[in-house]
Amino acid sequence: MSELNAAVAAGVLPSEERFGELLRSIVEVARAIFHARGSSIFLFDEETDELVFAAVASPDEQSLLGMRMPSSTGIAGWVLSSRTPIVIEDLANDPRHARDVAEKTGYVPHGLMAVPLLHDERALGVLQVLDRPSNSRFSLQEMELLGLFATQAAVALDLLASARKARGALEGAGDVAAVARVAAALDRLDEDRRDAGLALLRELERVLTA
Amino acid sequence: MAAEVRAHSDDEEWDPRPAWSLTRDDVEAIALDNPLPDRVDRAWALDGATGKGVKVCVLDSGVEFAHPKVGDLAGAFAISLDDDENAIADEDAEGDLCGHGTACAGVIRSIAPDAELYSVRVLGAGFKGSGKVLLAGLRWAVEQDYDVINMSLSTTKKAFSELLRDIADTAYFKRTVIVASAHNMPVESYPWRFSSVISVGSHEDDDPLTFYANPDPPVEFFARGMNVDVAWLGGETVTATGNSFATPAISGIAALVLSKHPRLTPFQLKSVLYQISSNVGGNQ
Repeated sequence: MSELNAAVAAGVLPSEERFGELLRSIVEVARAIFHARGSSIFLFDEETDELVFAAVASPDEQSLLGMRMPSSTGIAGWVLSSRTPIVIEDLANDPRHARDVAEKTGYVPHGLMAVPLLHDERALGVLQVLDRPSNSRFSLQEMELLGLFATQAAVALDLLASARKARGALEGAGDVAAVARVAAALDRLDEDRRDAGLALLRELERVLTA
Repeated sequence: MAAEVRAHSDDEEWDPRPAWSLTRDDVEAIALDNPLPDRVDRAWALDGATGKGVKVCVLDSGVEFAHPKVGDLAGAFAISLDDDENAIADEDAEGDLCGHGTACAGVIRSIAPDAELYSVRVLGAGFKGSGKVLLAGLRWAVEQDYDVINMSLSTTKKAFSELLRDIADTAYFKRTVIVASAHNMPVESYPWRFSSVISVGSHEDDDPLTFYANPDPPVEFFARGMNVDVAWLGGETVTATGNSFATPAISGIAALVLSKHPRLTPFQLKSVLYQISSNVGGNQ
C-alpha cells in the first residue's frame, strides 16, 4: 500500500528539474551568506558508495555535475563519514587535495567549509563553501550558521530522495503507475473538471469498497 | 551478569570480587589513597608535565608518518572487519587518507610532547560500513588499554548508540578516557552525549591551554577550536576550525594531567579538568 501511496504522490510531485533548481538555490544562497567564491553539494549514492557532484554555484563548473568519486575521498569523504563539519584555510598547501581537485575541476580553493547534510540518522551528502574572503577572520558564529543552513538543505535533499523513491514506484509497477497517472492527470485539470473527476472517483471508491 | 571490580588501589595482587556486595572483612582490603590534594590547581595538575608515559590513541583517518608536527608514532593500525564484524587491526602502511587524523595528532603533540601517540584508522575505506568499522575500532582501542582515546567524530546511527554506550562504559571502568567532539548541529549523535566520556566544543581564544567548563552540558568543556594551525598532509600546515580540533586540545591536556597523576580514574580526571578550567580555578 505504501508503494501505491508513493506512486500517487509521485503523480503530483514537482519534477526532478524543480529539485535541481532547489539545490542550485541552496548553493547560491550558501555562497551569498558567506560572501564566498563558490559553493557545491555532493550527494551520497548509497548503492554505489560514491559521492555525486549534484549542485554548484558557479556557471563555468556546471559541466562537472554528475561527476562521481568514492565516498571516502578527501575532506568531503571525511566529513560524510565523521558527520562532523570542518573549516580549512590554506588548503592549497595540501598536495593531495590540490592534485585531486585540480585534475577534476581546474580550480583549487584556498579554503573551504564542509558540513555534512544530516537528516534523522542518515548522512545525505556534503555541502561545501569555497573561498570565503581572505581578509575576513572566521568566527564560531559562522560555524553555527553553516550548521543551521546545512540542516535546512538536508530537509530539501530528503524531499528529493522521497520524490525519487516515489518516481521509482511510478515507473516500476504497471498497476501502481496507472493510479499515479490518474492522480497526475487530475492534478493538471482545471477546477470544474477536477471536481467532476473526483466525484467520479468517489463513486468508483463506493463501488469498489461496497 | 559476571560483573567484577578491578583493583582500585596500586596493589597488583588484587582479587577480583563481585561488584554487588562488600563483606566486613573486605572493607580494609579496599582502603584507598586519595590521589587528589586539598587544593587542585594548575600547578598541581600541569606544571612540569609532558605527557610522558601516557598512551594517547587518535581514532580517525590515520596519521601521516613522520610529519614534523607529529613526530614518531608508537603504533599505527588500520581497522577492517572479519566475517563476524570483529575488528582486524593491521599495521597501517598508508598513513592518513584525509589529513584530519594528522591534524588531531599534531594538536595533541603540541600540548603533550612526550605522550605516546597511536593511530587507529577507522575512516577512509568508504562510507558504507563505516559505522561498524568505527564501532569495532573503538572496541579494539579500548581493549588496548590506551589511557586516552581522541574521537573527533560521531555517528548518527541510533542502532549504534547503545553499543557505543556499552563500549564507553567499559572504557570508563578500565580507566581509558574517551574524549569526544560535540556536535554543533541540531542532530542526535554519539558518543559525545554520554556522561562516561568527556565531550568538547570550541571557544574562540588563541591559547591552547585555555579551556572552559560548561555549566550546561551535555557539552562539558570548550577548548581552542577556531583558526588553529594544524598539521596536514604532505608535511604541511593548514588553519582549521571545528570542534574536531578542540577535542585533541583536551586530549592533550588530559595526557599532561595523567602523566603527573597516572592513577586518576576518568571520574577524577574530569573533576580535575573542571577544577583547573579557565572559568573555575584555572586563572588563580
